[in-house]
Amino acid sequence: MRVALIIPLLFGVITFISSGCATNNEPEAVSEFSELIWQDEFDTDGPVDPDRWTFDLGTGEAIGLPGWGNNELQYYTDRPENVRVEDGMLHITARQETIENSSYTSARILTRGLFETTFGRFEASIKLPFGQGIWPAFWLLGDDSGGTVIWPQIGEIDIMEYRGQEPRVIHGSVHGPGYSAGAAITARYTLPQGRFDTDFYIFAIEWKPNSIKFFVNDIMYNEITPDDVTGEWVFNDNTFHIILNVAVGGTFVGPVSPQTPFPQTMQVEYVRVYGWDG
Amino acid sequence: MNENILNNTKRTILASVLLMFIAAGCERSVDGLSEPDFPANPEVFIDGFSPGLNYLPYEDSRADAFTVDNQTFFGIRGASMRFDVPNFGDPGGAFAGAIFRDENGGRNLTSFNALTFYAKASNAATLGNIGFGQDFLGNQYEVSIDGLRLTTNWRKYVIPVPDPSFLTAHQGLLWYAAGPEDGDGFTFWLDEVQYESLELAQPRPSIMGGEQSPQTIFVGASTAVTGLSYTANLPDGRDVTVNAAPAYFTFNSSNTSVATVDENGRVSVVGQGTAQITASVGGVNASGALLINSLGAFQPAPTPTDDPADVISIFSDAYENAPVDFYNGFYAPFQTTTSNDFEINGNNILGYENFNFVGIEFNQNVPTIDGSEMTHLRMDVFFPDDIPPNSALGIRIVNDLGGNETSVRTVISPQNGLVSGEWISVDFDITGLADRSQLGQIILDSDSGPGLQGSTLYVDNIYLRR
Repeated sequence: MRVALIIPLLFGVITFISSGCATNNEPEAVSEFSELIWQDEFDTDGPVDPDRWTFDLGTGEAIGLPGWGNNELQYYTDRPENVRVEDGMLHITARQETIENSSYTSARILTRGLFETTFGRFEASIKLPFGQGIWPAFWLLGDDSGGTVIWPQIGEIDIMEYRGQEPRVIHGSVHGPGYSAGAAITARYTLPQGRFDTDFYIFAIEWKPNSIKFFVNDIMYNEITPDDVTGEWVFNDNTFHIILNVAVGGTFVGPVSPQTPFPQTMQVEYVRVYGWDG
Repeated sequence: MNENILNNTKRTILASVLLMFIAAGCERSVDGLSEPDFPANPEVFIDGFSPGLNYLPYEDSRADAFTVDNQTFFGIRGASMRFDVPNFGDPGGAFAGAIFRDENGGRNLTSFNALTFYAKASNAATLGNIGFGQDFLGNQYEVSIDGLRLTTNWRKYVIPVPDPSFLTAHQGLLWYAAGPEDGDGFTFWLDEVQYESLELAQPRPSIMGGEQSPQTIFVGASTAVTGLSYTANLPDGRDVTVNAAPAYFTFNSSNTSVATVDENGRVSVVGQGTAQITASVGGVNASGALLINSLGAFQPAPTPTDDPADVISIFSDAYENAPVDFYNGFYAPFQTTTSNDFEINGNNILGYENFNFVGIEFNQNVPTIDGSEMTHLRMDVFFPDDIPPNSALGIRIVNDLGGNETSVRTVISPQNGLVSGEWISVDFDITGLADRSQLGQIILDSDSGPGLQGSTLYVDNIYLRR
């Protein structure tokens, strides 16, 4: 019985160490993205910087996407109760309270129309909330050419998605034509030790032509190339903007449980974008 | 078989050496992987008992319920702890229950934050209580889970330690109590029982069941913080909630000139006014609070003057009371009345809160009362808060409950003396009840004046007289 216990533990250790080494042995991966081209360090307490961020508000119904297309339960606001900068960090807080016909409030901020680019290293240092039905995300959405191109043709890159009921697991995905929603190309990453809801972790992608690599801290856990997707590769031309949000409920995460504690806050130390040197 | 194990062990050691080499090779510090120095033994039962453990069954439990089972175990070899819960009516004992105590003075388990084990049962069954910290030496750091659901497959269970820093000399390593389900006993097994350090997070202690719990009370009274629990989130994202002893909590009173609270959560009311009793565990504030509303000096009920020879007492400090099943039957599902009995300077008072109706019974496990010689039911009632409109208190006494049942009832309304802030002495002539030979129940109700619903009342000196 002893032996049975020790062996799986060692496997965990091997994965951890070898992953660590793999990144250390690929220093060129960093030098490909050397110039910092956009950042928010969230240094000024108060509302988020309007020169960097805009808001999605309500339930998505106004733009024909009730529940933001995922049966999400929250009503997005720009109130300080849901989104603010405090102690040098962005706080996005999901609350249990009734607004209009929604039972939860939260916030979603995005750089659409303010900062959009193609390729680069996108990274954010985030401490995640927890609890059944809490769905925070750090992601990119492609430009829709004034509404003439629709999702999933515009492309979506989910740098980090997380289910509050799985505090050691995050997901990185891409959505495009033929591989969207439940059929997205995705990878899970499970922490060998520690939890995403107790410490800050750096979630990142390194994106260049025909390649998107996914990272947690310095560990690369997936690379997606045109060979991996089951449709057209839509990530070589379009410009993309950054989104940070905390959803409540919805298809990816499932319903909230009566035991899910509220409020739940995602804290973000910074968001930085390095341009691709190529 | 043994050779295989040896080979596995060798392979393991080899792998470890290899790993150390790799780790050094990439000049990467591997924090948190260094061998922890075991300050004391975290093992309770792995393939057999850890040294120094004593098995102490509860009185009235089946003494032979526990055995070491060499046939059934988790993993590839060893043994497990087997518990045979008796059937209903088993002459050997009504339930299975015991503590497992370290007899070498305890262990320092401050570097572990959970008791873990694998468990399974002969059929899907619910284990009544399981936990640690019962040592028959005060049970100071007792923790338990009620109603642990077991399946027929081995599954790992985790019982968090609310604050491991207290477990410096931990003796009560494991305890359990399990009774039959619907009359049927069952068998369950535990294996790999040990203390571990897990990635627990999001600690959520709570008192008073997480509620803001108000209590109206008097100077000189004592009460207690109850409903203590502790919730932690396991590495797989599940929450586990345990009952936790007061010793894990630090209690605080917002106004010590009104109420003080000791380290066990016992509250003493010392002045008039309000005070909020709150708590924390390991620096994390507990949800819930006890809200003390002290009305000041207690005005005791008038001391009864009836000759004890003419009295059969049901609840009074002035007389010897007849045996009673309970002073609150908590009748489901319609009763809202809760009990908050208290004692002031040796004088016991029944406190009923959120009142709609309540029953006092003396017919189940105690003899009924032969009140044939008695003519009156007496009691003192006190309403601390204003009497709401449309209020009336009904009082009924029942003979031969559930048999040839008869009863009489009286109603106290504002027209005949229902007031607040002073003791109302009720003296109810019960001679209208012809047969008083098997009295078994007294009911207080709000049927004739539902405005009274939700009120608080105190009751003292309930007795039959002639």
